[in-house]
Amino acid sequence: MADAHAHDATHEDHDHKPHGWRRWVFATNHKDIGTMYLIFACTMFFVGGAMAMIIRLELFKPGMQFVDPQLFNSMTTMHALVMIFGAVMPAWTGLANWMIPMQVGAPDMALPRLNNFSFWILPFAFTLLLSSLFVPGGAPAGGWTMYPPLVLQNGASFPMLIFAVHMMGASSILGAINVVVTIMNLRAPGMALLRMPLFVWTWLITAYLLIAVMPVLAGAVTMLLTDHFFGTTFFTAAGGGDPVMFQHIFWFFGHPEVYIMILPAFGIVSEIIPTFSRKPLFGYEAMVYAVASIAFLSFIVWAHHMFTVGMPLAAQLFFMLSTMLIAVPTGVKVFNWTATMWKGSLSFEPPMLFALAFLFLFTIGGFSGLMLGIVPADYQYQDTYFVVAHFHYVLVPGAIFGIMAGVYYWLPKWTGKLYDQRLATWHFWLSAVFVNVLFFPQHFLGLAGMPRRIPDYAVQFTDWNMVSSIGGFGFGLAQLLFPYIIWKCVRSGAPAPARAWEGAHGLEWELPSPAPYHSWTEAPSDALIAKGASH
Amino acid sequence: MMIRPRPASYALALAAALGALAAHAESGWGQLNMTPGVTQISRKIYDLHMEIFWICVVIAVVVFGVMIWSLVKFRKSKGAIPDVTLLHNSKVEFIWTVVPVAILVVMAVPAAKTLVEIEDTTKTELTIKVTGFQWGWNYDYLDDGVSYFSHLDRASDHARALASGIDPNTVEHYLLNVDHPLVVPVDTKVRLLVTGADVIHSWWVPAFGVKKDAIPGFVNEAWFKVDTDKPGLYRGQCAELCGRDHGFMPIVVDVRSKADFAAWLKAQAAQKQAAAPAAPPPGAATTTATTAP
Repeated sequence: MADAHAHDATHEDHDHKPHGWRRWVFATNHKDIGTMYLIFACTMFFVGGAMAMIIRLELFKPGMQFVDPQLFNSMTTMHALVMIFGAVMPAWTGLANWMIPMQVGAPDMALPRLNNFSFWILPFAFTLLLSSLFVPGGAPAGGWTMYPPLVLQNGASFPMLIFAVHMMGASSILGAINVVVTIMNLRAPGMALLRMPLFVWTWLITAYLLIAVMPVLAGAVTMLLTDHFFGTTFFTAAGGGDPVMFQHIFWFFGHPEVYIMILPAFGIVSEIIPTFSRKPLFGYEAMVYAVASIAFLSFIVWAHHMFTVGMPLAAQLFFMLSTMLIAVPTGVKVFNWTATMWKGSLSFEPPMLFALAFLFLFTIGGFSGLMLGIVPADYQYQDTYFVVAHFHYVLVPGAIFGIMAGVYYWLPKWTGKLYDQRLATWHFWLSAVFVNVLFFPQHFLGLAGMPRRIPDYAVQFTDWNMVSSIGGFGFGLAQLLFPYIIWKCVRSGAPAPARAWEGAHGLEWELPSPAPYHSWTEAPSDALIAKGASH
Repeated sequence: MMIRPRPASYALALAAALGALAAHAESGWGQLNMTPGVTQISRKIYDLHMEIFWICVVIAVVVFGVMIWSLVKFRKSKGAIPDVTLLHNSKVEFIWTVVPVAILVVMAVPAAKTLVEIEDTTKTELTIKVTGFQWGWNYDYLDDGVSYFSHLDRASDHARALASGIDPNTVEHYLLNVDHPLVVPVDTKVRLLVTGADVIHSWWVPAFGVKKDAIPGFVNEAWFKVDTDKPGLYRGQCAELCGRDHGFMPIVVDVRSKADFAAWLKAQAAQKQAAAPAAPPPGAATTTATTAP
């Protein structure tokens, strides 16, 4: 520790940061850019959340009370786009920016100007996307999956959607390149690949997934654009094209995309559970290989999103079996997390609470995912609320809780201050209860036959929709605590020690709190790295 | 320091209150599961669904049981000392990799068998072309020259207008009723040729275990064979987002005895010949008036 403090003292002198707006607009520092990413993601989380509130309000009871069906479709479409590309993915990039240099013993990200560029694309992309709410014909309403021919029926919003997706994709690719280059080139000597923290590992694999599939999405939407404006017929049968081909291309992107959203959460949970179990992660190498296997499998399961399009029997069997196979490495991860807690010494601070909710609720999402993989049963589940329940279980208590766990875990390191744990515990319990009130009944609705993406429903679906909406409003309101807790921490938190959590291991905890502006200006010693390695 | 109990107990009390609310009301609360349906295939699908569900429940009880046991037993507040030597265990790791594979095989075999049966579209006895359009369905009895459109019924259509002031609870089969249902016979392997006229739709009747996308420019095949003792009205909805009124294009299938169906089809064909340009088939009438034989 003394070493780290001395290091910090000499370091202060080099701490030139531009002041005022220049610090942010011309930002090249990984922490400043990470902060901007996180603030952006949080803003989009509330924008997308407001859209979800409109959806749940209209679905509170049967009959059309508040919005036109077209606007309802816009809300489901935009909610998904904003949450996926605006909230979850930028939040992960923000966390990567903050933590990867600190965790691998680097001073900053490898490509700081690229970093600035990849962030600053996003506000423009989302200004473009969100302004489509105000153009003739309204915002995109064909679903975030953008299936043709329906998507081509969007009015002035169509090219805005396409260009916004292009920009988001470019931003993600640049961010991913930066992560790969940082991890590959800026690790401190002694930070062997199999010594890296799991968050770094999962992000490395996520970055490769991003680089592999975002160009595929860009290709797919470009073909939509030329179909609409330049007379091509990639997806029109009358011209020799095929609307289902879009779905194959889209889901070749779309399935790895769901792992892009969840793998970093696996990494965070793999850091938090050992910390609050005061015991090293069980089966570290198995965890790394499991993530790599999941990433590989994610490329060969895409058509399970489209079992009802009429594929040959052999194709359906292949995609069913490959999908079921994902349960094996995912199971290994869940068992390893459980074994980490076994014979540990557990305490339940907010990051651990969120990680535990992740463990239970993500597993429920995994079970329903397994059920969805069984083709004959999927014929009944496909495009119902059962699917909505499934992917919200893996994305809300999965990805979102993972992000919140990470924020509550590292907030003292970022700010140098402690946050109000009592309030954060409230935030946790309200979120954990309401998320289940919100999404669990949707399993029933789907099985009872309620299709997804409908603005109104038959009266027998009323009761569980009301429960779900109450859960939705409760969950939405509870999230207001999150920025308040962070604001309060920044304003008036008590000073945090360098090692904010008793059981925390890893290089970031060897730096003082708040972490110095240029994280590791001198590479950490081999001893320090060995001490930090959690296994 | 730990300050767990109060927020937790408040939140759990809230959950209990919601549970009590659920226990009070009637009707829709009981709708929790998939229908077993009225065809051999739909029952096989239901059995498959329940089999996987129970396997998941058993796994969940074991896995969540170990997790909860750990949360209760190994608490720092109870003085638990961590065993930091517990890093990996090849035997245990081998078991929890191989056992799931075995369970998956147990699931995959019946699933594959059922899928093979579903995909067998040979030996069908009646072929109907189903065309989805924005927003309704067209049914075309290819061998008999009978063809008509099927739309959301008027009562639902009035009630579903924005702020219509009509309580959906007063509308019979709100949003699940059509003007002209699809009419089919029992105990007959009916083949559907499913296609789309404009965008992609999906023809779904849960009681038959059939959901097939209606894709413009392509023809998909599906089939069902309703049990002899199960004539009646079966309802479904479009299951693929198809634009503004996606939520308002239900499907109703009127399953009749073979004799009733033959009579109906004959009347339709005769009427079609009499009045050359397509007129709505009065024989189909409104679904509320049409009942099983």
